[in-house]
Amino acid sequence: MKKFSGATLFLDRDDINTDEIIPAKYLTENSKVDLGPFVLEDLKLAGLSPKSDVDKAQIIVTRNNFGCGSSREHAVWVFEVNDINVVIAEGFSRIFRQNMFNCGMLAIELAPSDIDLLFSLGSAVEITVDLEKETLQGTGGGKSLDFAFKLNSFDKELVRAGGWLAYADKNY
Amino acid sequence: MGKTISEKIFASHLRDAPSDDNVVLDLDVVMCHEITTPIAINDLVERGLDRVFDPDKIKVVIDHVTPSKDSKTAMQAKILRDWAKRNKIKDFFDVGQNGVCHALFPEKGFVRPGYTIIMGDSHTCTHGAFGAFAAGVGTTDLEVGILKGVCAFRLPQTMKINIVGTLPVGVFAKDVILYIIKELTVNGATDKVMEFCGEVVERMDMESRMTLCNMAIEAGGTCGVCMPDRVTAEYLYPFIKDQYTSIDDAVSDFEKWHSDPDAVYADELTFDVSDLIPHATYGFKPDEVKTVVELEGTPVDQVYIGSCTNGRISDLREAAAVLKGHKLAPSVRGILAPATPLVYSTAMEEGLIKIFMDAGFCVTNPTCGACLGMSNGVLAKGEVCASTTNRNFNGRMGKGGMVHLMSPRSAAAAGVKGFITDHRVL
Ligand code: SF4
Repeated sequence: MKKFSGATLFLDRDDINTDEIIPAKYLTENSKVDLGPFVLEDLKLAGLSPKSDVDKAQIIVTRNNFGCGSSREHAVWVFEVNDINVVIAEGFSRIFRQNMFNCGMLAIELAPSDIDLLFSLGSAVEITVDLEKETLQGTGGGKSLDFAFKLNSFDKELVRAGGWLAYADKNY
Repeated sequence: MGKTISEKIFASHLRDAPSDDNVVLDLDVVMCHEITTPIAINDLVERGLDRVFDPDKIKVVIDHVTPSKDSKTAMQAKILRDWAKRNKIKDFFDVGQNGVCHALFPEKGFVRPGYTIIMGDSHTCTHGAFGAFAAGVGTTDLEVGILKGVCAFRLPQTMKINIVGTLPVGVFAKDVILYIIKELTVNGATDKVMEFCGEVVERMDMESRMTLCNMAIEAGGTCGVCMPDRVTAEYLYPFIKDQYTSIDDAVSDFEKWHSDPDAVYADELTFDVSDLIPHATYGFKPDEVKTVVELEGTPVDQVYIGSCTNGRISDLREAAAVLKGHKLAPSVRGILAPATPLVYSTAMEEGLIKIFMDAGFCVTNPTCGACLGMSNGVLAKGEVCASTTNRNFNGRMGKGGMVHLMSPRSAAAAGVKGFITDHRVL
C-alpha cells in the first residue's frame, strides 16, 4: 500500500478541474513520470507556485467538486508521481474519485465544516491517515484535530488490493 | 417498485455486486482513442496481458490529434494502430476514415438502446442519447474494460429532467443544455444519471439529443440518457433491420428499457423552454452562462465550429444558414472541423462547405483539434473564441485563451459581426 501521511497543500477553491491539474497539451506523454513537472500548471490561485508547493506536500486539502471535467487519469498520476497519494475534499467528481481508488490512492470526503477546521490549522499542517479505522489527524499551529471519515467498502478493497486492475485480475 | 432505465440496464448486465452500493457490469462496447488508451496498452503489454476480452466489442479511433502533428502524437497513434492490428480489432478508424469519437461511433451504428458503454473520455455520456448507459472513465477502468469486459460503478441515482413547452425558432439543444447547467451548476448532477424527458426531448432528432447528453458531464452527471423511441429506431434502422421485422417492431422492443412510471428518482426538475433565448458561457466554468443579449458586443478573434457537441451535419446546416451571403468580420478567423468524414462529404454535397469557404472559413479534416487546444486553431494568450464545443476551462483551447460556448448559429453570427450577438436579429 502507498503512504497516506505527510505535509499538506491547501487549494482553497471549489470546482478545480482536470485541465487545471494537468493541461491537455501534456497528454501526449506516454510515461507517467514525464507529467510530473506540469502539475497544477493552469491553476490560478493567489500565492500558489504549483510545482514547488507540490514538492513540499504529500496530501492535498481542498473544497468541493475537485477533479471535475475530463476523465484523464493523468490528473491522478501527476499527483502520484509527485508523491501525493491523498486528496481530502468536501466532494469529488465521480471519475476523478474513481481514478484515485483505481490507482490505490485515497479520495477522502469530509464535511465542509471539517475542511474549514483543517484550513484553520494554518499553513504548515501534517496529516496522518488511518485507513483501517477511517480516521485522520491534522496537526498544525500547536493544535491537533481528529476527524472520522467514511469510505465506500469497495473503494477500500481497491486500496488494499493495490488498485482496480489487481482486484479485477483476481476476481473476474 | 419501478425501475429507471439505468437500473434496468444495470440489472441486465450484472456480473458481480462487491458491496451493497457497488456493482460490476458486463460491457457491450469499449471505445478507445489515442490519448487515453496507449498508456493502458503499454501497461497491459508490460504485465504480459496484451489481449482483449472481445475484439468485436472494442471500437477504436484516432481522433484527438489527426493526422499526427509531431513525433509524440505520431507515437500515440502508432501504439493504438499496432495494438488494434495485433488484437484483430476490425472497427479501427485511421486517417481518411476517422472522426470525432462521439460523432463517429453513433454514425456507424455501434450504439444501441440498453447497452453498457465505457470510454476513456468524459464525453462518452453523449451515447446515452440512444437509451444506453454510457460513462466516461479513466485509463485504469479502460484497461480493465479492454482486458475483462467489465467495469465497476456505484448504483445509479437518477435526476429526472423534464423539458417541456415548445422550443422557439432559433433556439437549440445547445441553448437548452447551457441553461440547464447554469441552473444546476457544474456540481449539480455529480454521481447522478441525468434522464432527459418531456415533450421537447421527444420532438428532438438524434443529433439534438446527442448535444443534450454530451454536456451532462459539465453538470457532473455520470451520463445523460433519453428514452429510446421511434426517433431512435429510425436512426438505427439501417443497422438493426435484420433483427426487427419493422421500425414499429423495434420501437416496441425498445420500450422494455423505458423508466417505469413508478421509478424512484433522487431529484425531479422541470424546465419550460418556451421563452428560452440563445445562451452562451462567459467565464471559465460551463455553468457561467448568460443570454447572448447580455453578452452582446463581446469581441471574438476566432470562431470554431465542430466537436462532439456540435460538429454534426445539422449543426453545419444551421451555421451555414447564417453565413450564406455573408463574410466573416475582418478581425475574425473562422475554423470549421466537420466531426466525421460522412458529415464532411454530406456538407460538400449540400453545398455547405462552399458557403463556409465563401464566408472565409478554413475547413479542416475531422478531428478534435482545437476543442482541447491540441491543434488546428489553438488560441494565443488574450484571444477569444466563439465555439460550439463543450468546455470553457481556463487554457482549454490554448494557454491564456478564452472560450465562449454557444450554438452553431450563435457562433456563426459572432463570426459575421466580430462579436457575440443575437443571431435571430442578424
Ligand atoms: S471534440 Fe472535444 S470534447 Fe469532444 S471528444 Fe474531442 S476533445 Fe473531447
